[in-house]
Amino acid sequence: MRHLAFAAGFLLATSAGAQTPELTVYTYDSFVSEFGPGPKIEQAFEAQCDCDLKFVGAGDGAALLARLKLEGARTKADVVLGLDTSLIGTARDSGLFAPSNVSADYALPVAWDDPVFVPYDWGLFAFVHEVGLDAPASFRELAESDLKIVIQDPRSSTPGLGLLLWVKAAYGDEAPEIWSGLADNIVTVTKGWSESYGLFLNGEADMVLSYTTSPAYHRIAEGDDSKTAAIFEEGHYAQIEVAAKLAGSDQPELATQFLEFIGSDAFQSAVMTGNWMYPAIMPEGGLPDGFDTPLAAEQVLLLPSDQAAEVRDAALDEWLTALSR
Amino acid sequence: MAHRAVPLARWPGSGAATLVGALILGALAAVALRAEPGQGLGAADWAAVRFTVLQAVLSALISVALAVPVARALARRRFAGRRALIALLGAPFILPVIVAVLGLLTVFGRAGWISTALGWLGLPPVQIYGLHGVVLAHVFFNLPLAARLILQGWQEIPAERFRLAAQLGAGPRDIWRLLERPMLVRVVPGAAAVIFAICLSSFAVALTLGGGPRATTIELAIYQAFRFDFDLGRAALLSCVQIALTVAAALVALRLGRGDGFGGGLERPVQRWDANTRGHRVLDGSLIALAATFLMLPLAAIVTSGAPGLAKLPPSVWQAALNSVLVALASTAALLGLAVPMAATIAAGRGGAVELAGLLGLAVSPLVIGTGLFVILNPLTDVFALALPITALVNAVMALPFAMRILVPRARQVVAQNGRLALSLDMRSTFFLLRVLLPRMRAQIGFAAGLAAALSMGDLGVIALFADPERATLPLQVYRLMGAYQMQAAAGAALLLLALSMALFWLLDRGGRGHVEA
Repeated sequence: MRHLAFAAGFLLATSAGAQTPELTVYTYDSFVSEFGPGPKIEQAFEAQCDCDLKFVGAGDGAALLARLKLEGARTKADVVLGLDTSLIGTARDSGLFAPSNVSADYALPVAWDDPVFVPYDWGLFAFVHEVGLDAPASFRELAESDLKIVIQDPRSSTPGLGLLLWVKAAYGDEAPEIWSGLADNIVTVTKGWSESYGLFLNGEADMVLSYTTSPAYHRIAEGDDSKTAAIFEEGHYAQIEVAAKLAGSDQPELATQFLEFIGSDAFQSAVMTGNWMYPAIMPEGGLPDGFDTPLAAEQVLLLPSDQAAEVRDAALDEWLTALSR
Repeated sequence: MAHRAVPLARWPGSGAATLVGALILGALAAVALRAEPGQGLGAADWAAVRFTVLQAVLSALISVALAVPVARALARRRFAGRRALIALLGAPFILPVIVAVLGLLTVFGRAGWISTALGWLGLPPVQIYGLHGVVLAHVFFNLPLAARLILQGWQEIPAERFRLAAQLGAGPRDIWRLLERPMLVRVVPGAAAVIFAICLSSFAVALTLGGGPRATTIELAIYQAFRFDFDLGRAALLSCVQIALTVAAALVALRLGRGDGFGGGLERPVQRWDANTRGHRVLDGSLIALAATFLMLPLAAIVTSGAPGLAKLPPSVWQAALNSVLVALASTAALLGLAVPMAATIAAGRGGAVELAGLLGLAVSPLVIGTGLFVILNPLTDVFALALPITALVNAVMALPFAMRILVPRARQVVAQNGRLALSLDMRSTFFLLRVLLPRMRAQIGFAAGLAAALSMGDLGVIALFADPERATLPLQVYRLMGAYQMQAAAGAALLLLALSMALFWLLDRGGRGHVEA
């Protein structure tokens, strides 16, 4: 029991709070790791807010929303950061979020006018592969090829759900046919992005579902030019990540201040090379070297958030049916 | 089961069992009560139940079937490095899932070592993805555990029995018929039930090795109910299905595994005179070598991929490692506080309900326990501050089924051997516990403690629901590093985790053994 007492004392020591106001931001796990953008953003915001910014990591986007629903009005969160366009519909219906009316000059592939959800970065789903692979230029070409891919399960992973919506947005009623064509290309389906990407790096598959910006990580952080993303004729499905203020926040002004801070260069640069996504607001220096320019708006697919929520369940059934055979 | 003649108070064990039952069922009830009207179980959920049961049955049967000859070989042979090998056997079991999956696929995958070797011979790569892949992975995880539990069964046959058998000129076949088979009939059902229960809650392993949504398990369905549909009612229902399956398996195991033990001996080290022919030695040697290769290859893969990352571990990994060790030690203390009294109560008779409570920890998905505790505690207190103690407690409850399998047979044996004498000496319960029972259970307590500590180190469990940056455990940190593209640092952290778990396991297990031969 001595260990338990030691552990408890250790906990109390780390959680002893100061008198400065505290802003609690729920976000996904990879955001708060020291390689993610969290630490830099915390430092930059605390330098100007005279407050204590506290990030809490909780799984991924969908897990965050489930967590907030579970906590309901009693939540300690003031801001949630890490929902995305496929979740906004359900998030809006939950009534947990309050408008902040923050807006900026967005560098997004779609027009954005939402008083509640503030975009902070965006990316395009894509299959990443080694340079030199004869990559397909569409889902149909991929289905006809012998290439092996590894994807994520839409039931447990945000990119996995993104792929589901990508195929649905590109092919509509023909989506089941595309999935049956892809079935023999899919080596396996993993719980999350990390497992898939690890398998791809180990050579288990020729391509992995990730983002067009993934190769930029290898170029910039590792000086490795060997990865690139296959560009598909159908266009690429976008994921816009958003933050929002909780209706039950006890620090509403501070929360709004944080949402405004999202537009700052400090925040946006941290996100580019911490989250490896495109900035929602282009910072002064533009994209860092090593980032490809994002695809033109006409090559970007995105279902409106209410429609995304509507097609989700049907698309999942089609996916399960095609791949369970 | 009747009361046995022994001066042992039953209330501490019943109390501990009540606590465990209340914790788990309370958490489940909290989730169910929080639920809004949902859909109930659909066809897809039942398909998941069928697949889950199929793979769990296969995994349990194959694991114990392979473990019996391996344990027998280990019981019959003494060789240099035997102890180290037995300790290493614990390793697969305690690996975090993501690490183990990547290790397994480095060996058995399409681009894995075996496929590469086959490629040199002009043969096609191994087709690992499918039901057989799921079973292979589960056997990798559980064969060592089964071998350890069954080996313990061998060690509980008193040395005098083997001596007598040797004097009577009994060969390996007679020893099998008279000593080994009756022992196995008592030990194997329990081991199989525990493995069945672990495999019931498999998720990421089954999905990845199963190759896709065909391999959807109950645990994945629970996960989906939570985060995709936010249907807590369905999550609770699915959890009840898990509990019903585990309880059914436990009841079957308790029924099959009934019967009296071998009684006691003078607790001398076992010496074997049988099976000493060249043929037997070669057979046992090859069995041990095969099992060791199968288990060590993926571990070697983890070591080779992790070694380069060890030099560049970020500070957060060391903080997380410290958290994990503290949680593991607290969890081990809590486990022993629950398991020892429960084992004593079961040994003293009338322990059916206590035994069932001991299995519940495996029956309920960590996601459901975590969420339930969250729902209960969130209105009362700051759950984040309690993240690590809660994790330690839940980890202890989850290790309980294993601890019970380890402790109960020995406790029964000690009670059978010393109970009447102690009673006739008018010994008090505390005295019997401290001077008779516990000293004779040192080895088993050490093994159970080592397993609990290592399991707790490797478990992602509930911490993921409560964690903030400062309170991550090592497995969670591995996931976070991977999520931030830091695959090499993650591999290094995974290796550190493996090393720390093994060290804790080794220290506690060895500490319990003292001078006794393993």
